[in-house]
Amino acid sequence: MLTYLSIIVTAIFVNNIVFAQFLGICPFLGVSKKLSSATGMGAAVTFVMLLATLVTWLLQIYVLDPLGLAYMQTIVFILVIAALVQMLEIILKKIAPSLYQALGVFLPLITTNCAVLGVAILVIQKGFNLGESLTYAVATAIGFTLALVIFAGIREKLALVDVPAPMRGVPVALLCAGLLALAFMGFSGITIG
Amino acid sequence: MKKLASTLPNMIISLGVITIIASALLAWANSVTAEPIAAAEKQTRVDAIKDVLPAFDNDPLAKAAEVNVAGDGAAPFIVYPAYEGDKFVGAAVEGYTLNGFSGEVKVMYGFDAEGVVHGYQVLSHAETPGLGAKMNEWFRMEEGKRSVIGKDPAQVNMTVAKDGGDIDAITAATISSRAFLSALTECYQAFVTYKNDHSNE
Amino acid sequence: MNKLRIIYNGLVVENPTFVLLLGMCPTLGTTGSAMNGMSMGLATMGVLICSNIVISAIKSLVPDKVRIPAFIVVIATFVTLLQMMMQAYLPELNASLGLFIPLIVVNCIVLGRAEAYASRHSVVDSAFDGIGIGLGFTVALTLLGAVREILGTGCVFGAQVYPETYGSLVFVLAPGAFIALGFLVALFNYIRNRS
Repeated sequence: MLTYLSIIVTAIFVNNIVFAQFLGICPFLGVSKKLSSATGMGAAVTFVMLLATLVTWLLQIYVLDPLGLAYMQTIVFILVIAALVQMLEIILKKIAPSLYQALGVFLPLITTNCAVLGVAILVIQKGFNLGESLTYAVATAIGFTLALVIFAGIREKLALVDVPAPMRGVPVALLCAGLLALAFMGFSGITIG
Repeated sequence: MKKLASTLPNMIISLGVITIIASALLAWANSVTAEPIAAAEKQTRVDAIKDVLPAFDNDPLAKAAEVNVAGDGAAPFIVYPAYEGDKFVGAAVEGYTLNGFSGEVKVMYGFDAEGVVHGYQVLSHAETPGLGAKMNEWFRMEEGKRSVIGKDPAQVNMTVAKDGGDIDAITAATISSRAFLSALTECYQAFVTYKNDHSNE
Repeated sequence: MNKLRIIYNGLVVENPTFVLLLGMCPTLGTTGSAMNGMSMGLATMGVLICSNIVISAIKSLVPDKVRIPAFIVVIATFVTLLQMMMQAYLPELNASLGLFIPLIVVNCIVLGRAEAYASRHSVVDSAFDGIGIGLGFTVALTLLGAVREILGTGCVFGAQVYPETYGSLVFVLAPGAFIALGFLVALFNYIRNRS
């Protein structure tokens, strides 16, 4: 149990995917102007990350490794993720149109979200079992959502601030992200178990 | 040339051909690079072992043993024993810790036959590059109480001064220092366990 | 002359890091030192040039509806090739860039150029576009790496410029990456708006 708790706390706070591992920065900067879209993106990433990690983990352990095809990892994983996202889009559209309305716009963006591929590769590298992998995927996604939501909250206020012309937009947002990362450094060193 | 229309057979054929060419290319590249990759990995290990131990003449990789240290059910430590002739001159222990600043740190620690730290080498670290490199220098510096080399973990308290120990932490990187020293302590335990198991050989 | 324009375009006008703000993950993640930043830039440039050439060469053989998966396969193949080469011949560099090598696959710059440029232009032009954009990325990463290294440790490419004691470690750590990049982008904006 302790392992799982440790994985969760580490992935959300200590080793936050955005602030400590620098993954998923593109959506972090791109979809964080409004709070509502930030939560939508977070939910979509959580969904895809969990599914993608499940499928890629099973593929790696039961197909690639036994066949000695571990070197095909990158190519297989990215295709799986791309296909998953496509399928998810089609299925959601048919089964849950309201959910599709909420998440639809973000889905195509997720294929090129390196956090999803990153987590799929990381859980293999770390040698996690299936349970640990899925826990890690969900916790990482929660960490991503947390970062995105906090950041969006700040950026909504930032839009009203008078910033020197060259700093407007992304530069000042990056500075805020830096300060947030500094705050998250406060979590470092926390260990459980 | 005219662009191929998006008919089903066209799509399947073109994707299929691309995938087959890609796989063939990768399979070929894999067969060419597999050996150098394995050799490079082995070389890193051998270099690290040579670096952290007194002179030896056996192949420690061949005699590598897994040692379980009682505790949290983590993966076993790998101990690489070194001999000169028949004399046990020490062993290198590959240690790792998850308490680092941002993830895993892998370090090769070398102990001589008496258990005194002879050297160490940081193998890989997900830590910030600057910090990991610093770790590789700091704990062998002579200034103050930085060095761990030549100290016997059985007698010296291998924790940072802040925690009441006998070692100075890296400036502004106490957490990484703690990680380094706790890995050292665990590896020492693995070394002692190994030595006790093999003392009557 | 025309080819030089393409390169200038990638290096300055459409600089992937400072203007398009693409490929931010490796930009922030691998620039703890100037050397790492430059290596990452060159690795990405290699993949970009190869994938641009191949995609431009096969563009008319790929039906529109499956072009994205086809491009991804091409890019992933080159990334895997690169990864194998680095593991075999540059193990240390591979260890320090780590996860960011396989992640070149999802670097928006590579797929973005494939889609926006290589799938519409000739092989030679696409190759030059790869060189230009790749150079722009490499220069940006090297610059960011150098700034962080010098502020953090007092070194550039490992050569000590001023004593390390005066360095501020935070620039080597995660927050410094965001802050340094923020100021560099602002500086780039300032210079562009003036000229």
